[in-house]
Amino acid sequence: VAHTGRTVGRLGEGDWDGKVSEIKKKIKSILPGTSCDLLPDTSHLPPEHSDVVIVGGGVLGLSVAYWLKKLESRRGGIRVLVVERDYTYSQASTGLSVGGICQQFSLPENIQLSLFSASFLRNINEYLAVTNAPPLDLQFNPSGYLLLASEKDAAAMESNVKVQKQEGAKVCLMSPDQLRNKFPWISTEGVALASYGMENEGWFDPWCLLQGLRQKVESMGVFFCQGEVTRFVSSSQRMLTTDDEMVILKRIHEVHVKMDHSLEYQPVECSIVINAAGAWSAQIAALAGIGKGPPGTLQGTKLPVEPRKRYVYVWHCPQGPGLETPLVADTSGAYFRREGLGSNYLGGRSPIEEEEPDPENLEVDHDFFQEKVWPHLALRVPAFETLKVQTAWAGYYDYNTFDQNGVVGPHPLVVNMYFATGFSGHGLQQAPGVGRAVAEMILEGSFQTIDLSPFLFNRFYLGEKTQENNTM
Amino acid sequence: MAAPWLSLRLVAPMWNGTRGIHRLGGAVVPEGNQKKERTMLQFLTNHFYDVEALRGYLLQREMSKVHMKNRSFTWLEEQHGPYSAGAFFILKQGGAVKFRDKEWIRPDKYGHFSPEFWNFREVPVEAVDASDCEINYEGLDNLLLLKELQSLSLQRCPHVDDWCLSRLYPLADSLQELSLAGCPRVSERGLACLHHLQNLRRLDISDLPAVSNPGLTQILVEEMLPNCKVVGVDWAEGLKLGPEEQPQDTASPALA
Repeated sequence: VAHTGRTVGRLGEGDWDGKVSEIKKKIKSILPGTSCDLLPDTSHLPPEHSDVVIVGGGVLGLSVAYWLKKLESRRGGIRVLVVERDYTYSQASTGLSVGGICQQFSLPENIQLSLFSASFLRNINEYLAVTNAPPLDLQFNPSGYLLLASEKDAAAMESNVKVQKQEGAKVCLMSPDQLRNKFPWISTEGVALASYGMENEGWFDPWCLLQGLRQKVESMGVFFCQGEVTRFVSSSQRMLTTDDEMVILKRIHEVHVKMDHSLEYQPVECSIVINAAGAWSAQIAALAGIGKGPPGTLQGTKLPVEPRKRYVYVWHCPQGPGLETPLVADTSGAYFRREGLGSNYLGGRSPIEEEEPDPENLEVDHDFFQEKVWPHLALRVPAFETLKVQTAWAGYYDYNTFDQNGVVGPHPLVVNMYFATGFSGHGLQQAPGVGRAVAEMILEGSFQTIDLSPFLFNRFYLGEKTQENNTM
Repeated sequence: MAAPWLSLRLVAPMWNGTRGIHRLGGAVVPEGNQKKERTMLQFLTNHFYDVEALRGYLLQREMSKVHMKNRSFTWLEEQHGPYSAGAFFILKQGGAVKFRDKEWIRPDKYGHFSPEFWNFREVPVEAVDASDCEINYEGLDNLLLLKELQSLSLQRCPHVDDWCLSRLYPLADSLQELSLAGCPRVSERGLACLHHLQNLRRLDISDLPAVSNPGLTQILVEEMLPNCKVVGVDWAEGLKLGPEEQPQDTASPALA
């Protein structure tokens, strides 16, 4: 018996038989009539390759996706994947937001972003038109913002209003007498000056914007995936700066997206990652190795964005201010606005640093309203002395502990991670402008329409604060 | 609320080639037929890229037509004065203007109007009737040139919405009469910004389909503008009548 060169014993013969049965099984499964289970079902997993991966599917992430697809030079030129951990958006800042938009900032860049967002919202049915879908109704209330200032803040408010008027915002200053004339329900005790936004300011429904963006972005061909980003696989390169210092530049090559309630993950090969994870951006940045280094160096500068919990209360006051009420922001930091036709109001107050609630969960502290919000409201609007709280909720601010302004643009060391986060409470109203700026940065290499260089990451290392004086 | 008329505009050109694209005059096609046409069109759009692209193109074209109509005429201001520039804009749109102490100037059915108003450099425009015109937010730039306007009628304007109403405050010193009857996009949120118009004496807010609660809105607007007569909605509308009350006449004593 001649063997064909291979040492086949009894074991080898059994092996051959097994192989034959395997081949038979394969042929049977390929032939029509039986279910083909050659390839496992991966329809729930994200695609294996994507040009841009956006971590975070809130209003900022969707805005960046929209502008990337809108400004691409060729249809289908960029493949975008949006990864969102929570499909129900139960903790996302967008859905829980009060939905206000105003131009009353001290930084010209913030004013320009807000102005552009106002024109985006005004023409939303041209920007986000999808055939077959009904037009969007944002439920915008153009009632404006009324900011009150005490004696010590009056000079700052005056100079802010000057800057706002220069940028094109329609804001006017009012003295306490004019305030009493126009809004008789207000008590001007302690108010030295007020600034009132007349146009392009008000509040709207953030869910509608989110749904509209989602619909449009899906129709433009952006992939959506529900999953959590657990790992970045990157490669490093040593380079010398002009001063002959060694820097290690990293480039992210793969994003590992883990599915919900399972250990399964998909490595997505990508060339650009956008961090739009809102309150959880610092975790994503830490995954990419930002902040892992000796403190005081560029490698050791962490992303200073952390979640801060803010409460919003809804109350009913039958004798409260009328239909013309703007969103009033008091000298104490308390704010309120009307909600609907039925004498309902909603509002809240930013706590001071020492009283910051624990951002572990979204439980509401009702005592905060009783002790810290109601007294200031009742002082400002005497009608609010009798009111009844109907409901309340809490949401996160993606709070930038450095200077309470957003972080936009690429990281100096992890060269293909772009940030669009850290807006500390005004992310919703600046989302369209910021989305466009990030898309321009990616596609053209620099900011084309609004120059957001003061918002780059470098400032955390260099220590240059772009402070905003008018936060709420 | 804004949806039905917009999708109507896009349905008609596709299927009834004999009718024109502009169907402002109201639908003649019966309701059942429209529904069938609309779902057929939706079905085709969902299955064929060409149909989707064509519909997208037609929509863009409609929108750019409205933009063209609302282009800026403020450059005419240096040469002819603000009143003539604003009047020209209104007349081009198909509306009518009335200068102080002069007669109403209206375009005829071909869109032609007499050029005599170019001479009225210093005469302010008193009243504007912009009913059924396609004025939108950008077009208001031109309307706001008319600083001493006393009466403004924006009845049935399809593109006037809440944003536009928030722009009317520069006319607060002179505007005494405003009519928004039949505007499909105006809601109670836009009506809230009319509180700047303290000289308003007559406000017509009848037949606003986007207002969620007309009776309550009427009351709130009346409270907001105490010197103004607010016309159009019976405040009892929307209230449930008790078994002993019978609706004998709709005029409520408060509005007498």
